Amino acid sequence: MNQAASITRLDGSAYQAKDVTVLDEHIVEIVSDSGEGAQRCGQSLGSIAAKMGNGIWTVEIIPAEIRPPARSAAGASGNRIRIGAGAVTNGGDDTKLVVAFNEQVLLGRVDAGELADGCIVLLESMWREHKDPAIVKSYVEAHDALLAKGYRVREVPMEEECLKLVRDARRGKNMFALGMLCSVYSLDMGLAREQIELTFGKKAVDVVTANLQLLEAGYAWAEAHLDFKFSIPAQRATVPQLVANGNTALAFGVLASGIDICAMYPITPATSASHYLSEVFEKLGGIVHQAEDEIAACTFAIGASYAGKCAITITSGPGYSLKQEAIGLAVMAEIPLVVVNVQRGGPSTGQPTKAEQGDLLTAMFGSHGDAPKIVMAASTIEDCFHSVITARKIAETFNMVVVLLSDANLATSQQPFPRPVFNPAWVAPPIDQSTLPVGAKPYDWDAETGLNRRFVPGQPGGAHTITGLAHDRMSKVAYDPETNEESLRARSLKLAAFQKTLKPPQVHGDEAGDLLVVGWGSTKGTIEEAVDRLRAEGHKVSSVHLRYLQPMQPGIGEIMKRFGKVMTIEMNWCDSLDEALIDPDNRRYSALAMLLRSRYLVDVDCWSEVKGQPIKPATIRKVLLAKLAREV
Amino acid sequence: MNMQTTDYLLKRYEEHYEIEDYQGGVPRWCAGCGDNAILTATQRLCRDENLPPEKTVFVSGIGCSSRFPHYMKTYGFHGIHGRALPIAEGIRMARPDLNVFVNTGDGDCCSIGAAHWIHAIRYNMNLTVVLHDNQIYGLTKKQASPTSPIGTKSNTTPTGSHLDALNPITVTLGVQNVSFVAQAVDWNPESLYEIIKAAYKHRGLSFVRVVQRCPEWLPKVFDPFMQDPSKILLLTHERGLAPSAGLSKLYHNQEEHDPLDRDNAFAIAANPEFLPVGILYHDPKVPCYEDLRGAGQARSIEMIEQGFNAELDKYTVWPEGVSADGQTGE
Repeated sequence: MNQAASITRLDGSAYQAKDVTVLDEHIVEIVSDSGEGAQRCGQSLGSIAAKMGNGIWTVEIIPAEIRPPARSAAGASGNRIRIGAGAVTNGGDDTKLVVAFNEQVLLGRVDAGELADGCIVLLESMWREHKDPAIVKSYVEAHDALLAKGYRVREVPMEEECLKLVRDARRGKNMFALGMLCSVYSLDMGLAREQIELTFGKKAVDVVTANLQLLEAGYAWAEAHLDFKFSIPAQRATVPQLVANGNTALAFGVLASGIDICAMYPITPATSASHYLSEVFEKLGGIVHQAEDEIAACTFAIGASYAGKCAITITSGPGYSLKQEAIGLAVMAEIPLVVVNVQRGGPSTGQPTKAEQGDLLTAMFGSHGDAPKIVMAASTIEDCFHSVITARKIAETFNMVVVLLSDANLATSQQPFPRPVFNPAWVAPPIDQSTLPVGAKPYDWDAETGLNRRFVPGQPGGAHTITGLAHDRMSKVAYDPETNEESLRARSLKLAAFQKTLKPPQVHGDEAGDLLVVGWGSTKGTIEEAVDRLRAEGHKVSSVHLRYLQPMQPGIGEIMKRFGKVMTIEMNWCDSLDEALIDPDNRRYSALAMLLRSRYLVDVDCWSEVKGQPIKPATIRKVLLAKLAREV
Repeated sequence: MNMQTTDYLLKRYEEHYEIEDYQGGVPRWCAGCGDNAILTATQRLCRDENLPPEKTVFVSGIGCSSRFPHYMKTYGFHGIHGRALPIAEGIRMARPDLNVFVNTGDGDCCSIGAAHWIHAIRYNMNLTVVLHDNQIYGLTKKQASPTSPIGTKSNTTPTGSHLDALNPITVTLGVQNVSFVAQAVDWNPESLYEIIKAAYKHRGLSFVRVVQRCPEWLPKVFDPFMQDPSKILLLTHERGLAPSAGLSKLYHNQEEHDPLDRDNAFAIAANPEFLPVGILYHDPKVPCYEDLRGAGQARSIEMIEQGFNAELDKYTVWPEGVSADGQTGE
C-alpha cells in the first residue's frame, strides 16, 4: 500500500512528495566502529518511534572489546531496532535495512547471518576514495559482492555531507544517519529535534545546534536521493509509557521496593543497573556499595539484611558463582536477601556481553548441601521492574533468599511499557524494633509451614547469635540428629508454603492441543510470536511461560497432560539426538526440560540455541513445525 | 514526686548492666586458651561502657576465635570463613545506631579474608576489630597460618613452615585510611582491657591484634616474651596508653610513642627484638565510610514516591496533550 507524503522543512517549505510504502513492521540497524555513535543513533531512533506510538524493541550490538580495531568485522557496534505498528515483544527476525559506517562492520553483520535477503544497505561511501589502495580495494570488493548477493546497496557520502557542517565528521555522523532514517521511516522531525535536545541538552548550545543541523542534513539528503520511503502506522498510547532497558527497569524496582542497600561488584552485563542506581539512589536515601569483590558484595548485603531491611546484590554468572557460600549462609541463617543474576554466556568468563540462560540449575542448586531458595525469572522489561518488588516482599515474608534471573537480552534491550503508578504497598515496612516476649525463640519454626519470626538487632529480649552451623530453635549450635533434620525440614517447607500462594501459569493459546512449548525468562515474547504465527497457520500449538522456577507454580502437570507433545525452548545447552553419539541414555537436556521431566514424569523434549543472540521467532517457528511433524 | 523517683531508679536499674548480662554460653575453648582472656576483657568493657545488649552485635568468621559471639549475651553473627568484616560493614551501613564488634583469627583475617581486611581498613567504618592471633590454625588441628613464624612445624608443614610470617601490624599500617592500630598480649589482662577499651572509644575502624596463646598446638611459641617481660615494649603516650604503676613495674621496657607517628609505629612493629604492647597508631580524623555515604537516613514513603516519580519522568512518553506535571493540554 502506498500513499503520498508531504513533509515540511524547518522553514515551512515542502519536500517533494514521494511514494510511501506502509509497513506492519521493519527491522533496522545502525553499525559502526566502536565510538562512532551508532548506539546513540539507534537508541534515539527507538525513542522517537516509541514516542510516536510505535511498538519498538532495541537490541545493542556490542563488540566484546572496549576498543576493537577500526574497520573490523568483529568490531561492529551499534543498535538494532524493530519498529512495529502494534506492540513489539522481541527483537524479531532478520534486519531489513542497515546503515553502515564502513564495509567491514557491515560484513560482520552479513557473516553473522543477521541481514535479510535483499536487505537495504545505506553504506558510507568515503572509503571508495581512500588514500590507502588496500582500503579502496576492500571496499569495492565488498560493495560489489553484496550487490551481487542481491542486497540493495546505496552508497551515501555521509562523511562529505557532514564535513559541510562540522570539522570532525566522526562526531556527528550518527545524527546525520538519524536524519536519514527519520526520512526513510517518515518519523516526526519535531520529536527528533526534541530527542537531540534531550540527548545533548547538558552540553553547550553550539553542540545542540550542530547536531540539529546534521539531523536536518541527513533528512534532506535522504529526501533528495533515496527512491524509497516507508511508514509504519503508529498510535500514540493513551496512558504514559516508559521506555527503558531491563537493567534500568530493575533499578526502578529497587527504588520502588524501599530497599535501602544495594551491594555490588562491577560485572557485565549486570553493572549498568548499578550505574543507574548509583546516579539516583543516594538522593533518595539509598546506598549503592561497590564492594571489593563479589563475596564481599554478597556478605555486605547479608549483614545489611540481617540488621535492617532486605538488601539486594546484583551480579552476573561468574559473580553468582563466587557468591555461593554466602548465599548458603543466608539460607541457613534465614536472612532475607534478593540476589539478581543478569545471565551472560558461560561457563567461566564465557561471553560477557551475550545472552544465555545457562544459570538456571546453578541458581536453584548452587551452594553445597540442601540450600532451598526461591528462583524467579523476569520475562519482559516491565517484568524486571515488578520482579524486584515481588522478590523483596517474598524474601522478607519467608526469610529466604530470592534469586531473580534476568539476562543480557533483557538487560540491554529497550521496550515501552505502561508507566507504573506508585503503590505505597511496594515499600518495605520499617524494621521491627519491638520488645520480644520472654522465652521467644529466634527459630521458632512453625510445624506446618516452617516459618518463623525474624529477630532484628535492636529488639530487646531477642539477643541471640545466628550461625551458619546447624542450630536449634534457640539458635544454639546443635549437632544432634533430630535438630538437624528438624531445621532442614523447616527450611525446605518454606518453599512449599510459598508455592501454595502461587497461581497456575496462563496458557498462551488454546488450553489443549498438539504441542505445548514451555519457556522461561527473556524468550517469552519470541516464543509467543512464533506460536501465534503457527496458530494463524492452523497449527494447534500453545505455550506457557514460567515465572517461578523454584518452586514451580501449581497446575503445570495438568496443562502438559492436555497436549500431545511438550517441549522447552531455552538458551542453554542441550544435546541433539541427531548427533551420532547421543541417545536417550546420555542426552543432556536443557535445564527447564530436565526439571519438568523429573518433576512431572512427562517426556518433555527440548531445543536450544546458545549463539549468544536472542533466538528469532522464525527459528522457533521452524523448530516447532519440525517437532509437530515428528512422530514423537 | 515519689513515683517519679521510683521510675527514675527503676530506669537506672533496668539500664544498668552487670557482667552476667553479657555472658552467653559457656566457652568451649581449651583451658589456657588466650580467647578466654579476650572474652573477659570484652565483657568487662561492655559492662563498664553500659552497652545495651540489644544494641550490640559481635560478628565473627570461622575458627576457634570466631566462636566468640556464642559466648556473649548480645546479638551475634557467626558468619563464614573470612567474611566477618564485610558482614559487619553491611550491619554498620544499615544500622549506624548499633555497636559493632568483629572477632577474627589469623587464618580468618590474614589468609582467606585478607582482601576484606585490606578494604575494611580503607573503608574505616566504625568497627572494633580484634584479631585473635595465635599464629596457627586451631579448629582444623594445627596447620601453619600466614602469621606462623618461619620453621613452624605443623600438619601441613611437617619439616617447618617455609615462609617468613606476615606481620599484621605493618600490613595494617600500610593501608590508606588506617585510623587505629594497637597490639596487646592475652596474658596481661590490664593492658588488654585498656587497649580494647581505647579501640572501642575510637570512632573508625580500630584494629587490635591480640597476641594469643594456643596451649594445644603452639604451647611454647610466646614463652620467651612471657618469661622475660623486658622483651615486651610498652608504648606510652598522653594520647595513647597511660600505664598504671603496676604495669610500668612489670613492663619497664617502655617507649614514649606518638600515636600519630606512623613511620615510628612501623619501625616499632617491624622490629623482631621486642613485642610492642600499646597503641601504635591513632588518627581520630580519618572519615568513616558510613558517614561519607549518609548511612542511617530516615526514608519516608513520600520521599521514595517523589524520587521514584521524578526518575520515571525522565523515561516517560506522555500521551498526546498530557505533560509531566499531569496537566492535560487544550
